[in-house]
Amino acid sequence: MMTDDALLLGGVRFTNRLFTGTGKFAANSQIPKMLAASGSQMITVALRRIDAQAKQENILEFIPKTVTLLPNTSGARTAEQAVRIARIAREAGCGDFIKIEVITDMKYLMPDNWETLKATEILAKEGFFVLPYVLPDLPLAKRLENAGAAAVMPLGAPIGTNRGLETRPLLELLIENCTVPVVVDAGIGRPSQAAAAMEMGADAVLVNTAIATAADPEAMGRAFDLAVRAGRIAYLARLAEESSLARASSPLTGFLDEEQSV
Amino acid sequence: MEIIVNGVTETVSPCTIAELAEGRGLATGALVVELNQQIIKQEQWSQVCLKTGDRLELLSFVGGG
Repeated sequence: MMTDDALLLGGVRFTNRLFTGTGKFAANSQIPKMLAASGSQMITVALRRIDAQAKQENILEFIPKTVTLLPNTSGARTAEQAVRIARIAREAGCGDFIKIEVITDMKYLMPDNWETLKATEILAKEGFFVLPYVLPDLPLAKRLENAGAAAVMPLGAPIGTNRGLETRPLLELLIENCTVPVVVDAGIGRPSQAAAAMEMGADAVLVNTAIATAADPEAMGRAFDLAVRAGRIAYLARLAEESSLARASSPLTGFLDEEQSV
Repeated sequence: MEIIVNGVTETVSPCTIAELAEGRGLATGALVVELNQQIIKQEQWSQVCLKTGDRLELLSFVGGG
């Protein structure tokens, strides 16, 4: 059962179910170290106007060619803008994967599910492997599937909050009912929360802030890798049932000094 | 002539995309160019002359989640 537990996504076989991001690292040089330590095989990047004042490092040079790029459409406020960014990313050689991220609410950074669906419909027809970042809403997830999404990426908590699986009951609905992979994205702050998502049956998790802003991103990448693996193995091993009453683990018979009534 | 670079109207002498990028000291490896919402590949930068009113976007990939 455990011999081939790879995740197939967009024709790529991922043997590691921890997706990572390149945002918020103190230095780009930490990224390849984190990738090596975590074993992550997919990583996000963003597209922005150049900043003439800033140091011009090409972030793509810090990502080994063996790691699949997942450009995001952050900064897009409409489906049209997301589509434009996706096309630019593909033309620029970043491959066919795209994380649709359309945000109009700048206070909580909640994804705009409607614009995201529109962008997914357009880009899936253009042959993109679309990974839409959404609020966990089951009817929307089914619409995304029908639109040709390669996966759905519901949030656990708002971006960068590190609060974990606040949307847990809704995530469970998606995991139980979606035919495409479910990748829990955003809000995961601790390895134990990543493990919990995987125990629930999530197909993968995407973690950026919690790794990039840890005091030691390399070690934290490794911790998340272990947690994701543990959670996945636990899910496949089928968790034992919960019970409100205690159930003894040791036999309740054969105690010392017990009167035998033969 | 006037062109719009990353949303800012600028007066520049007639030039190709390659010349403009070189003049600004932009590292070509990291640069992604969109002209009037058309992506221009690096091989074409030296062949595309900028015209008055062009909207040029000079972009690059950055860290993001």
